Amino acid sequence: MSFRTITNRDGSQWMKGEGPEQDVVIGSRIRLARNIRGIPFPGAASHEDRAKVVEMVKGATALAKNLGQIDFVLLEDISPLDRRLLVERHLISPQLAAVEKDRAVILRDDEAVSIMVNEEDHLRIQVLFPGLQLTGAWEMCSRLDDLYSEQLDFAFSQDLGYLTACPTNLGTGLRASVMLHLPGITITDQIRRILADMGSFGLVVRGLYGEGTEVVGNIYQLSNQVTLGPSEEEIISHLENITKQVIAQEREAREALRERGDIEDRLYRSYGILAHARSISSHEAMELLSDVRLGIDMGLFKGLAPTILQELLVLIRPAHLQKMVGRKMDAGERDRQRAALIRERIRTLHD
Amino acid sequence: MLCDECRQRPAVVHITKIINNVHSEIHLCEQCAQGREEFAEASFGFPKLIASLFDWSSVPGVRRETKCTSCGLTQQDFRRLGQLGCPSCYEGFAPQLEPLLRRLHGGARHRGKVPGPEGKGIKIRRELEGLRRQLQEAISKEEYELAAKLRDEIRNLEGQLG
Repeated sequence: MSFRTITNRDGSQWMKGEGPEQDVVIGSRIRLARNIRGIPFPGAASHEDRAKVVEMVKGATALAKNLGQIDFVLLEDISPLDRRLLVERHLISPQLAAVEKDRAVILRDDEAVSIMVNEEDHLRIQVLFPGLQLTGAWEMCSRLDDLYSEQLDFAFSQDLGYLTACPTNLGTGLRASVMLHLPGITITDQIRRILADMGSFGLVVRGLYGEGTEVVGNIYQLSNQVTLGPSEEEIISHLENITKQVIAQEREAREALRERGDIEDRLYRSYGILAHARSISSHEAMELLSDVRLGIDMGLFKGLAPTILQELLVLIRPAHLQKMVGRKMDAGERDRQRAALIRERIRTLHD
Repeated sequence: MLCDECRQRPAVVHITKIINNVHSEIHLCEQCAQGREEFAEASFGFPKLIASLFDWSSVPGVRRETKCTSCGLTQQDFRRLGQLGCPSCYEGFAPQLEPLLRRLHGGARHRGKVPGPEGKGIKIRRELEGLRRQLQEAISKEEYELAAKLRDEIRNLEGQLG
């Protein structure tokens, strides 16, 4: 499988696949930060050191068994558009995409696994599954970590655990997160209270594309804050327990909306705009897609797949639209192309 | 409380500034806060925030020019990057990092995964330590049913150690 075929396909497993509790949980992600002993962290390392890390990881990848179908991609070998495409699919971070020299990413063909080389840490191993599958994602991520630790000597201390560039990742190096679609508790105005509670549970809430990004389409990312002290299993089960409580509250809110009776009109209106608009911004599209997804979960719009939300939230982003058309487009052209793509996806309902 | 800026919407963001011991407070609604410099720094400047928690000058007996012997990282570098330079920085700067780590992680010790073939053994020994403590506690509270269960778990883990 070559890189070309990956970026030409229309989606990752998490965008198309279905998983447990998918009416609220879009996806589950586990990320492990690892560094090689004796080499400065990427932010402070020389070009030679970073190049050495790329070579070492490449060698370890070649020796590791049972990795599956994978691709080792040097970021300097691919276009800026393809790099942005990977960011939009959550396979690499904006930080990794920004600097091309001595950076790499290892991708599995179903895009459930991506390993960033020389981001903030030497290795960032990520597993992304659809629905609520934190334990499954952790088990796979831990196995990948084992495979690489057979070949690479990871920086580790008995008391501080895995040593990371930023002290906020120290210890387990584990960031577990769930991507949640919460239109119910947003519309019923409970979101602020619930989000405020998350802090007291040691969890952080972010927008769709991570740190510092705004919340669009009622999609929130919930992840652990503390990485040192609790074991990986404890971190994950804590996040899972809180997530289950949020799921219950979201379902309750949706039930309350159904009983209120005025929600249907709003959802059909949103559907109408998406089905007929000739030009639409990505922000408006996200808000309306959130409504349509809520409608699907409430039994409206029969024939539309629930995954339309997560699939389109990636496909309507600028790099994906330009890749699809095969050329650079300005914002106005992108808005028209976006509207056309959404209309086409929604039309399947009438066929 | 109303927003200090628009005086219309309720204030939900509260910023406390202490500059040269002068204390000031600003209360803003979400819309007005979005436009504020302080707010932008808090959400986008996370490394800076970390570095500001790590004030080397306040650690007694530490000279400001302390450098990592392995990678040469200085206080200024850390403040600029918001990151450490290399794995050895954690050893070299252990006393200075201690207060920061206590604030970030509550001063805890690592109890998670350990790399390499010896890793599994270390993890089991750690679990054994915890279980033996619980066993002592159960015995002292005369909770014999729990104690029996713990004893079996301990035997099982000891068996895995070989």
